[in-house]
Amino acid sequence: MTERTAPGAASDPKVRIADVSMVFPRKHDELHVLDRIALDVKAGEFVCILGVSGCGKSTLLNIVGGFEVPTSGSVQIDGKPVTGPDPRRVFVFQEYGIFPWANVWDNVALGLRDKPRDEQARITRHYVDLVGLTGFEETFPNELSGGMRQRVALARALAVSPDVVFMDEPLGALDSLTRLQMRAEILRLWQRERMTILFVTHDVDETIQLADRIVVMSPRPARITEIVNVPLAHPRDIGSPEYGRIKNRLYELLGVSHAI
Amino acid sequence: MSWPPIAIALVAIGLMFVARRLRDPWPKWLLPLATGVVFVCLWQIGAESKSYWVHQDDGTARLVWSSPTPGQTALDMLQPLSDGTILRHSVASLLRIAAGFGLACAIGIPLGLWAGWSLRTFQAINPLVQALRPISPIAWIAFAILWFGVRDGSAIFLIFLSSVFPIVTGTITAVRAIPLIYVRSAQNFGLAGLELFRRVVFPAALPQIITSLRIALGIAWVVIVAAEMIAVDSGLGFLITDSRNAGNYARVAGAMICIGLIGIGLDWSVRQLETLESVRWGFRKIQS
Repeated sequence: MTERTAPGAASDPKVRIADVSMVFPRKHDELHVLDRIALDVKAGEFVCILGVSGCGKSTLLNIVGGFEVPTSGSVQIDGKPVTGPDPRRVFVFQEYGIFPWANVWDNVALGLRDKPRDEQARITRHYVDLVGLTGFEETFPNELSGGMRQRVALARALAVSPDVVFMDEPLGALDSLTRLQMRAEILRLWQRERMTILFVTHDVDETIQLADRIVVMSPRPARITEIVNVPLAHPRDIGSPEYGRIKNRLYELLGVSHAI
Repeated sequence: MSWPPIAIALVAIGLMFVARRLRDPWPKWLLPLATGVVFVCLWQIGAESKSYWVHQDDGTARLVWSSPTPGQTALDMLQPLSDGTILRHSVASLLRIAAGFGLACAIGIPLGLWAGWSLRTFQAINPLVQALRPISPIAWIAFAILWFGVRDGSAIFLIFLSSVFPIVTGTITAVRAIPLIYVRSAQNFGLAGLELFRRVVFPAALPQIITSLRIALGIAWVVIVAAEMIAVDSGLGFLITDSRNAGNYARVAGAMICIGLIGIGLDWSVRQLETLESVRWGFRKIQS
């Protein structure tokens, strides 16, 4: 093996998932969820993890995020093993990750507790405005629409300037139009802040619209079937032949025909 | 038996059936009022059925009411209501409730939060809590007197006992029901220790804690009569025991009604907590 460069050098991956396997013990047998997953993600890359429901993609994300410990294998971020959740890497969940007992402002300011008061206010102001929630600072989550709630979760995540954002089907609970708007929103924020994003979804179109690379997972026990590159510049034309070709390929890999 | 109460009750029941079929809803107070009227009528009928004539030596007959009617109760209550006797006894009872229930909150909520959060603490104390919970506070009266004498302390202790277990159990359940996603979000943003409790665990559990407080306060108020049977010299429970010993059953009934009405007020005041902005999310709007 050649000499390794110092951590943080351009050639090093931001996130390295090394042969991660996950087995849950059950009453009479074991449930094999992940089977030797290996994946490197570069800094600033937008990677989608695509697979059918229940294939273990959320489990993988929870492991990378430090919420769960794999049965074997390891995860490294910036060359250091992940041992637990860390404010520099933030999760955006499908729903209810924001606190219903706090208003929009307090939710967004959650990760800024250690900063001086005026800086807290400045950053919170910035991200509340950035996700288009100006005027809703005093509103409680239950009075917001699903899309607005997800914006709160995004603003809360971005406010701590994370270098990695994990998104676990963040748009799954939204209606299809809001979902499209939120995809554009996420892309805009990503292009602006250039953090690394790991995005889990079962929506084929979502992956092609968002990702630099799409990691296709097999059903349980999940293995990486193939990694599909998306060599299209943003904004992407969803009617282009290249888009259709990638879509066909993804459906093929998932084992379904997209022509019905 | 006289016919007016029966007739009035039938009219009130008839009104309720009419109200059911109406398209436009009647004022909210009308249905409960009708139910109240039926209740008072039944009370009247019941009291009349327990009355009997006694033939006296001089040849006349005298009607004996062994059980007070609503009218007799109202007449009897006029004086203690106007001279402040009822107010004094009510305040005395409410102060004992405040002390006993306050103590139960101060001990029950932190204990419940702790046991709800830590599995080991839960395993350690839950069996004991569940074993102590079904023991009626009345069973404790002997020990209450032994330890605290025939003073306020005994009554407060009994009220404390009646409400602390529902509060502990309710708080434990509330904490254990917190969705994992809130805790993970909090840990993700670096919250830990007391700050995690203050900013996430407590507010997430608060709506259910308030519900358990409501139940516990109801139970505490039920127990007030038993608690004040111990020879204290004030309180609505004392008033009931004292009136009974004096043979004044109208006064007993009047004090019972006071307990019921104050109970409504207590429940209403706890329910006001449910409208606070930081807990409103935990209460589904129920059509009224």
